[in-house]
Amino acid sequence: MDKKCKENDNRWLHRFAVASAVATFLLLGAGGLVTSHEAGMSVPDWPNSYGYNMFAFPISKWTGGIFYEHTHRLWASAVGLMTTVLAVWIWLRDSRKWMKWLGVAAFLLVIAQGVLGGLRVVLIDADLGIVHGVVGQTFFVLMCAIALFTSRFWQKVSGQKLNVPRSLRILVMAAILLIFLQLILGATMRGQHAGLAIPDFPAAYGQLWPDTSPAAIVRYNAESTNPDAITAFQIILQMVHRLGALAIFICVTTCAGMAWRQLGRRDPLAKFAFFWLALIAAQIGLGAWTVLSNKAADIATAHVLVGALSLVTGALWCIISFGRSVKSPEVQNETYGAIGNFAANKQ
Amino acid sequence: MPVARAADIVGTVTFKGVPPPEATNLEIMDDANCGSMYSKPPTTHFYVVGTKGEFGDVVLSLKDADGKEITGKSTGSDQPPAVLDQKGCLYTPQILAVQTGQKLLVRNSDQCVHNVHDVPKVAGNVERNEPQMPDGKDLTFTFQKPEMFLKFKCDVHRWMFAWVSVFDNPYFDISGTEGKFTIKNVPPGKYTIVAAHYKAGTQTQAVEVADKDVTVNFTFEAK
Repeated sequence: MDKKCKENDNRWLHRFAVASAVATFLLLGAGGLVTSHEAGMSVPDWPNSYGYNMFAFPISKWTGGIFYEHTHRLWASAVGLMTTVLAVWIWLRDSRKWMKWLGVAAFLLVIAQGVLGGLRVVLIDADLGIVHGVVGQTFFVLMCAIALFTSRFWQKVSGQKLNVPRSLRILVMAAILLIFLQLILGATMRGQHAGLAIPDFPAAYGQLWPDTSPAAIVRYNAESTNPDAITAFQIILQMVHRLGALAIFICVTTCAGMAWRQLGRRDPLAKFAFFWLALIAAQIGLGAWTVLSNKAADIATAHVLVGALSLVTGALWCIISFGRSVKSPEVQNETYGAIGNFAANKQ
Repeated sequence: MPVARAADIVGTVTFKGVPPPEATNLEIMDDANCGSMYSKPPTTHFYVVGTKGEFGDVVLSLKDADGKEITGKSTGSDQPPAVLDQKGCLYTPQILAVQTGQKLLVRNSDQCVHNVHDVPKVAGNVERNEPQMPDGKDLTFTFQKPEMFLKFKCDVHRWMFAWVSVFDNPYFDISGTEGKFTIKNVPPGKYTIVAAHYKAGTQTQAVEVADKDVTVNFTFEAK
């Protein structure tokens, strides 16, 4: 009975972990809207809001950019609370030592993320905003990983020994690294307001590689209705971001092809790799749409969210492939496996 | 022997051709506080060009004959404050110029909150981000370093922006809607006069001031 209670409890733990991951994803969207609406500094104080306690700030004052920034802060508080509950729950109920510390890491990271966001405001530091954006997506990967590790699926995966070739795993890790670098580039572009530095796609000022001479920059600024001056650096940043997208597409296509050939088309990881490829294709489409829509806030935010999903999909693929391939006595002896075997024997 | 006196540099700035189209500000209409002040969406006004090509909002300033900044000549602390207003959820005027040490008062004439956020790029000019309530006190800014087109924005209403140019001397002006400017009381000597528009770019001419007013004209062309 105790073991059955523990199994139910851990199922609820898993459900809560999933809910926390979903809440984190929504928080990424809320944060994305803040930057897309250029509202990051619309509430000049922190942790208060215009002198009010954050939770008592009157709704009548949530106007303009304040609406996006303030709701982002409130949702972040909710995610912080959920992460705290999750960390405590894991510490008390999960027997895996590494898992307990993963919960602690999530707790510390959400605190750090909150402080980063606050410091960005009180120090008026746009660079901290870039760091805040990158750490937010890293935190999302961690929350999804926790959701995976608390799942029955993970028990099955870690019990299987269906090897994923090392070369494929390394290529996937390379793709994840490229996506992470692309995330940093994208966050920097958004921080620099470089998203509109090139107004056309797939050409760049009508060319394969745009002219960035001083005379050309003067011409671009003369014709642009962007209130921020366009610089050669911003144009080059965007071109590197576009090339990064191409590199990621090639890399993930190769991963999907290798997974298909080496694991077989019925293997879940092969299917998951093609899902990943579809996300990358959608992300490229959203990137183009962001440019062509003159950086419409909802499109730009969707681009941020699909980027986050691309990163987390690759990360989970990688974790699952290592779970299948790497022999770990700890994994074989952990409580979940024992409970699963016990339940199977009972039936 | 007569002593040469200071003189004025006067002139006109014109724009040749059709200026690039302005953008329509649809977002302002969606704001409950700001939209109610407009019957139709306003446009940006980067190019203030009259029917005869008179070009406004061009910042005229002086550098020395070698094109270097004239520094250490500021009389800013003795000047009356310049005023930047927030009216109709827009900054007015959009282009402003002050001296180092001169007070810049930022006023909120609207019945909604704005936040006044300056974004200097020159070290020594301080970035601030301050809320300003309706009927609130004017906010006072001063800048210690010369800087061209220092941006002011409102993060609550992201379409609001103004650019303030800061000089360490009193030799500057901004062309009006009729394109005319006057740089007053310039000591005799050789200078470089700079005409800078935030979008249309920058032009320079050599000028020599003796003891009578000098006329210098600029023409910007559509790119």
